Amino acid sequence: MSARRPYIRSMDGWWRRDPFFIRYMIREATALLVVAYAAVLLLGAIRLAQGESAYERWLAALRSPWSLAFHLVLFAGLVYHTWSWFQIVPKTMPSISVGGKKLQPAVITGTGLVAAAFVSLVLLLLLLFIGS
Amino acid sequence: MNETHKVIAIEVLRYRPELDEKPFFQTYQVPFTEEMSVLQGLLYIKDELDGTLSFRWSCRMAICGSCGAMIDGVPMLGCHTFLRDYYPNKVRVEPLAHFPIERDLVVGADDFIGKLERIKPYIVPKEPRTLAEGEYLQTPAQLERILQFSSCINCMLCYAACPQYGLDPAFIGPGVLALLHRYNADSRDAARADRMQLVNAEEGVWSCTAVGYCSEVCPKGVDPANAVNQNKTASAADYFLHWLPKGSGK
Repeated sequence: MSARRPYIRSMDGWWRRDPFFIRYMIREATALLVVAYAAVLLLGAIRLAQGESAYERWLAALRSPWSLAFHLVLFAGLVYHTWSWFQIVPKTMPSISVGGKKLQPAVITGTGLVAAAFVSLVLLLLLLFIGS
Repeated sequence: MNETHKVIAIEVLRYRPELDEKPFFQTYQVPFTEEMSVLQGLLYIKDELDGTLSFRWSCRMAICGSCGAMIDGVPMLGCHTFLRDYYPNKVRVEPLAHFPIERDLVVGADDFIGKLERIKPYIVPKEPRTLAEGEYLQTPAQLERILQFSSCINCMLCYAACPQYGLDPAFIGPGVLALLHRYNADSRDAARADRMQLVNAEEGVWSCTAVGYCSEVCPKGVDPANAVNQNKTASAADYFLHWLPKGSGK
């Protein structure tokens, strides 16, 4: 008879075991905030299709304190999600060689973050320009 | 053993299947010197304090992959981790997470070994050659594609870092998938089609959710998360290409 009696440990609360897992869970959770952002914009498009007064009401709703607070939370989530997403990007790509040397993960992450910040800034300036 | 010995408390998770219903922590006071690893601390316990303590080890230089354990909750090689970095606090040593505990720090590796065998972890040549025909040549660029993934020492730290493996042990897991990629990406190999069956399955690459901790804990810089996620692309391509009429590509 075998004396083996393997003990299986529980996975309960696994994500609280390591700060790395907590950061992973926040990355995954903030994806929901990105979806919420998209939903708000989609609603705006629907309201626009419904006519001017519907669109104006949507704009007014966006200016309410609740909406501003909600958007602050969304923005914080989006920034974190962008940062954490570009952290993982180098792990999802085939290795890239530049001049015979392997491109370092930090370079890929940095380029992505700079590109995201640049595009956001251009978009913001464009909106300010249109708005004025 | 020259300078005055400091003493560190090493807390070890013990489990003796014939005696214990469940694991429990036992603390040992271990004198140590600057250059002593956690593995050497365990060896001191075994030799001087408690001969019943069980753990795996062999090379003491981070190449055999035997002495992996959770050290203060992080998957590490015992021989690659120093007691001085934990002193004056205690250091907690537990068996690798997500594996069944056989005894003390010894975990059951049957599942890992079984998976390793399934992926054909060897080069299957395109056509058999006689010795007289010479070796299979490879360019430096072709070698570069597989080199990092061939550094895996089967230490299983990446499995202890992978919650998806812990939640569903059917998942092939990071280390074995990295080795699968090492052979699939090898210009001399011809068994890709067989291995893609394993990659494409639910318990293949698609069980990975890109936690990425496997690559963080790898003591050899293999980056298994990269191998797994490159194969998500390969698997998707494999899926869409199979709709094309036969003979039109591949």
